[in-house]
Amino acid sequence: MNSDAPAPAEQSALRWIGKPIERKEDAALLTGRAQFIDDMEPVAGLKHAAILRSPHPHARIRKIETSKAAALAGVTGIVTGAEIAAITRPIPSVVKVAIDYHPIAVEKVRYVGEPVAVVIAEDRYIAEDALDLIEVEYEPLEAAVDPMWAMAEGAPVLHDELGSNIVNQRSFSYGDPDAAFESADRMFELNYRFPKYASTPIETFGVTAHYQPSPDRFTAWSNFQGPFVLHPLMARALGVPGNRLRLITPPASGGSFGIKQSVFPYIVLLGAVSRIVGVPVKWTEDRLEHLMAASSAADRIGRVEAAFMNDGELVGMRFNNICNMGAYLRAPEPASVYRMHATSNGCYRVQNIAIDNTLVVTNQMPTGLNRGFGGPQFFFALERIMDLAGKGLGIDPAELRRQNFIDKDSFPYTCPGGSMLDSGDYATALDECLRLADYAELKAKRKAARKAGRLYGIGFAVGLEPSGSNMGYVSLAQTAEERALAEPKSGANSSATISMDPTGSVTVQLCSTPNGQGHATVAAQIVAERLGIQPDQVDVVTEIDTQTSAWSIASGNYANRFAAAVTGAVSLCADKVADKLKLIARETLECDARDIVLADGAAHIAGVTEKSIAVRKLAAAAHWNPVDMPEASEPGIHETIVFSPPTLTSVDGQDRVSSAVTYGSVFDLVALEVERETGHIRIDKYVSVHDVGMMLNPLIVGGQIHGGFAHGLGCALMEEIAYDANGNFLSGTFADYLCPTATDIPELTIGHLSTPSPMSELGCKGLGDGSSMITPAAMANAVSDALDMKEIELPLNLHRVWQMAQGQKPLPASAMAPQEKSDDEAVVAPGPGTLSGEGETVIAADQETVWRTMLDPVELAAVIPGCEKLVEQGQDKYAAKVTIGIAGIKGSYDVALELKDKAAPKSVRIIGQAIGTLGHGSAESWVALAPAGDNRTTVSYRYNARVGGKVAAVGQRMLGAATRILIGQFFNSLNRRLGGANVSGTGGGGGGLIGRLIALLAALLGGGKR
Amino acid sequence: MKPVAFDYCRPDSIAEATALLHELGGDAVLLAGGMSLGPMLNMRLVRPSVVVDINAIGGLDKISRNGAVMIGATTRQADVLADESVLGEVPLLAAMLPHVGHFQTRNRGTFGGSIAHADPSAEIPLALVTLGGEVELTARCGTRRVPAAEFFQGMLMTMRQPDEMITALYFPRRQPQSGYAFSEVAQRRGDFAITAVACAVTLGNDNNLTQLRLGLGGIEDRPILADTSSFNGQSADSALATAIAAEISERLEPMEDIAASATYRRALARSLSHNVLEQAFQQARAVG
Repeated sequence: MNSDAPAPAEQSALRWIGKPIERKEDAALLTGRAQFIDDMEPVAGLKHAAILRSPHPHARIRKIETSKAAALAGVTGIVTGAEIAAITRPIPSVVKVAIDYHPIAVEKVRYVGEPVAVVIAEDRYIAEDALDLIEVEYEPLEAAVDPMWAMAEGAPVLHDELGSNIVNQRSFSYGDPDAAFESADRMFELNYRFPKYASTPIETFGVTAHYQPSPDRFTAWSNFQGPFVLHPLMARALGVPGNRLRLITPPASGGSFGIKQSVFPYIVLLGAVSRIVGVPVKWTEDRLEHLMAASSAADRIGRVEAAFMNDGELVGMRFNNICNMGAYLRAPEPASVYRMHATSNGCYRVQNIAIDNTLVVTNQMPTGLNRGFGGPQFFFALERIMDLAGKGLGIDPAELRRQNFIDKDSFPYTCPGGSMLDSGDYATALDECLRLADYAELKAKRKAARKAGRLYGIGFAVGLEPSGSNMGYVSLAQTAEERALAEPKSGANSSATISMDPTGSVTVQLCSTPNGQGHATVAAQIVAERLGIQPDQVDVVTEIDTQTSAWSIASGNYANRFAAAVTGAVSLCADKVADKLKLIARETLECDARDIVLADGAAHIAGVTEKSIAVRKLAAAAHWNPVDMPEASEPGIHETIVFSPPTLTSVDGQDRVSSAVTYGSVFDLVALEVERETGHIRIDKYVSVHDVGMMLNPLIVGGQIHGGFAHGLGCALMEEIAYDANGNFLSGTFADYLCPTATDIPELTIGHLSTPSPMSELGCKGLGDGSSMITPAAMANAVSDALDMKEIELPLNLHRVWQMAQGQKPLPASAMAPQEKSDDEAVVAPGPGTLSGEGETVIAADQETVWRTMLDPVELAAVIPGCEKLVEQGQDKYAAKVTIGIAGIKGSYDVALELKDKAAPKSVRIIGQAIGTLGHGSAESWVALAPAGDNRTTVSYRYNARVGGKVAAVGQRMLGAATRILIGQFFNSLNRRLGGANVSGTGGGGGGLIGRLIALLAALLGGGKR
Repeated sequence: MKPVAFDYCRPDSIAEATALLHELGGDAVLLAGGMSLGPMLNMRLVRPSVVVDINAIGGLDKISRNGAVMIGATTRQADVLADESVLGEVPLLAAMLPHVGHFQTRNRGTFGGSIAHADPSAEIPLALVTLGGEVELTARCGTRRVPAAEFFQGMLMTMRQPDEMITALYFPRRQPQSGYAFSEVAQRRGDFAITAVACAVTLGNDNNLTQLRLGLGGIEDRPILADTSSFNGQSADSALATAIAAEISERLEPMEDIAASATYRRALARSLSHNVLEQAFQQARAVG
């Protein structure tokens, strides 16, 4: 890591700010003494919650039978969605639409993992035992999974009241984009899809909720990270005034990266549960719950167009964004769509910009904060088109960018969309990037590699890092008329409280709910600097208690808010304390307060060293001797500041807004080689140059950049929340949702260029998000360059890159596959998300006998593996109870079978449905019999099966194999019953005979990995 | 993610453990390192009534020599990786063990556990199949040894009967004029291999191939041994490696899953087979 930034002149005069001091937080974390949410047992008599979740992507809830579960010893209570809805209000979003968002499903489930019921019990084990005993009758509905399909005519509608899945559409125009495109020499366009991925902190969500009556009062201990704009929404949902919803956060966090914003629906849910059941309840999310239902970034289907003059001048941009919000529009969405909106020019001077945004709901988990929040999606479009335009124009992509950069003398610079960029020197930063990368040498390497037939590519991406969000920007989702009817929203309030006790030691209280970034360290540096004391004399309280802390709408941890905004409040508050100390010192030092400096633990007269008074004596005086306090000075030392940067005004009539306080900038270059035979990407060089303004602590800056890079690289290479085309969730373990580990991260060369921000109190800018926004675009550009392919879909995992390196167009990401209904006959359509197979086997019996056996319920019951009973339920309809165990993974299923298109003794189509604790499925098979001579019969079959629920989420690797095992067992058993020996092989893909039943079941069983 | 309620037994002898298995049969699961069983219990994919912890059984983690290298069932993967003499005698283990899970899981994970779990991508089963090793199974009424190639029956399925426990594995020792090589492709190091290939090659004095064992993992539902007998006697050079890789990869019936298509697995099998064969040929020539 290269963190030796050029220090601005004034920085060198500072004692603590800007120094790479070690983090205050680490001793407790590294010795296992930090207090996390799960360590807290804040009230006596806690009971434990477990949540029953939907195995279906889309279904009507017909009935929930809880009596068996309620009868289990140790169960305190069971609460369903209807009961919650009866005592809470839906949680609104800024976009007023006919969607009722409750923290639990009411009447209908709309994504796999949506809460359906909550069990409260003595411990979590019993609570989970009870989950197995709740019987829910679902009416499965067709799911709208792919956003394009969800928008189409005739698609299944998630919210009946809405009438369609399109939630909101807005078009924006800045400058004159049509004229710009008209007059341009060249136009470049790209259609792209940006995947769904998430944050996966080590520590999952945790909530302890306690309801007390007379009057109604809710207390919730949780690792909610803010923004506290959600506090009034939670209080409203729970039906209490804000002062009777008390939120408390723990001292330490096991990480968030944005996702712990989405703890908030669980605060409402468990608060309401506590009220209904009458006990305090504790819930800790497990990893399967987290991966399937916590939250994700909003995936996007986009089209970007860029208009250029032949000399490389960028004159116009058009963005068309179709944004997948998941099953609901959950606050603070659609903020992710609008966070970058006012900065849609990126680092460039372009004035003419058109933006069309469409928000779509689909049968996927709702979206929310995720590192970079809207940035990765936006910069993927902008920066990919810049590299492609460079190729098309025959201009080096670095030079094309340089040519269009906002000039360093134009700051502060107002963007067409309204963002006021504080400072920057993009051309110099790009130079530094090229220098650190040795660009000329990389280009020579690329030339040599290509000559040798190897796949070597170089990609660039540059971008802005907006920090300290304007609370008003989300209003862009509303029209000017709608905004006029609402109260204006603006600003980015930050607060800090500092007190000094009679011994001179200092306590700082922050409003930033840090999730591991080291806010306490930096706050201590700032306060120590201002008060002339040591950072270890400053204790920093990072817990928020809404009953006792100074907090406001913008409190919380998001949008790089700490350095951009919170440090300003800390600094101003420390100044107030310093002023008071100086006022008291004035009496002793007999001088003007303005001449006093605080340094080395004492107050001195500037330039005079012999006369001083210790800070601790000044503190003692303030507490012990109020009578002698200087005039207009209150006793004691306790100051609070609430402050908002004045530039953050509300959205204007032309849809312009300055959406952030500071705008850092990031300049990335990556050179990589693709291994043609395996699809492996070897990163040869990765350089990232950052302008974070003044660095408050270079160690922390370096750590944040490394973390953002790792998250961006995960998105680029492997992280994907996967659904099949039917909405079944496929990535429920860390063996399916892959995150890069330390050994997967290549060496990162970091460079710095510092242009101090005039907008922040200390000249610093926010950081932490930047690399996560830029890395996906840079990686895609480099792979595009290596393979000479325009369209690149993320994540660039081995299989996908191998396909591209073979010259194949890779299949789209699973969730994105459009639904195809080619076979009108088929109940279970083949295609992505469907297990399909076919095979053939020879049974040692004549055709008539085989036919009879297969269709006779008694015989059938005997040959279906694990079939306990099979009951005829009308003409060609059967119900069965089947227990299947493969490799020790045992499950019990209720199965319904139907025979169709019977043509005795030749062919039949079998349709089946199964549901059990491990999941559910449906399957369809076609079976044909033909004589094989020697009194034998050839049975050929093909099948399609769909599987959902837990087994699909955690057992993807096993499904196909398990299906084959069950089919094999079925034929062997059929053969034995008919007097033959074991069948030697069941042919290729496996599949079903009774078809689908078996396939289905098999699949259901499939389960376990590790 | 909490397991169902179960009873827990911790026998301190094989006799006691097998008596329990005899009594409980399929209602019991054996706990060794717990690296696969733990998550499966927590996700309630397995719902045993009794967990039999075999970690207290004395001597079950010993390594001895008796022709082959005998590795006791509860021997930790990390202990073998740290045992220079075993790695020298069974060079494939030296190449493959670093790919088994992660540093942390190898400290708990056992040899017997990996064999019993029978994940089709797992390296230790592949090593045993490739080398022609054996699995020792002990029941109350006696002990049997099963060739590895027969032991694995399918995805997570083996020939072990419910009343049996794996007590030891027998790895054949390094042969003269032989070479051993391994390679795998996984999205991240330590992940389930999308494809893994191992081989053991013995050459004659004329550098012609006298014996080849080529094992493939992650491709079908169990580790498989390719039939390469038709290539014996041919000159062990790059052309032969190419020919073998081409032929055996065509005969595979690869699985399809979220990580990889059958086509990709087949292509990897061909590429990796070629690489490991070339490497093993060179090694065998060099050791003469």
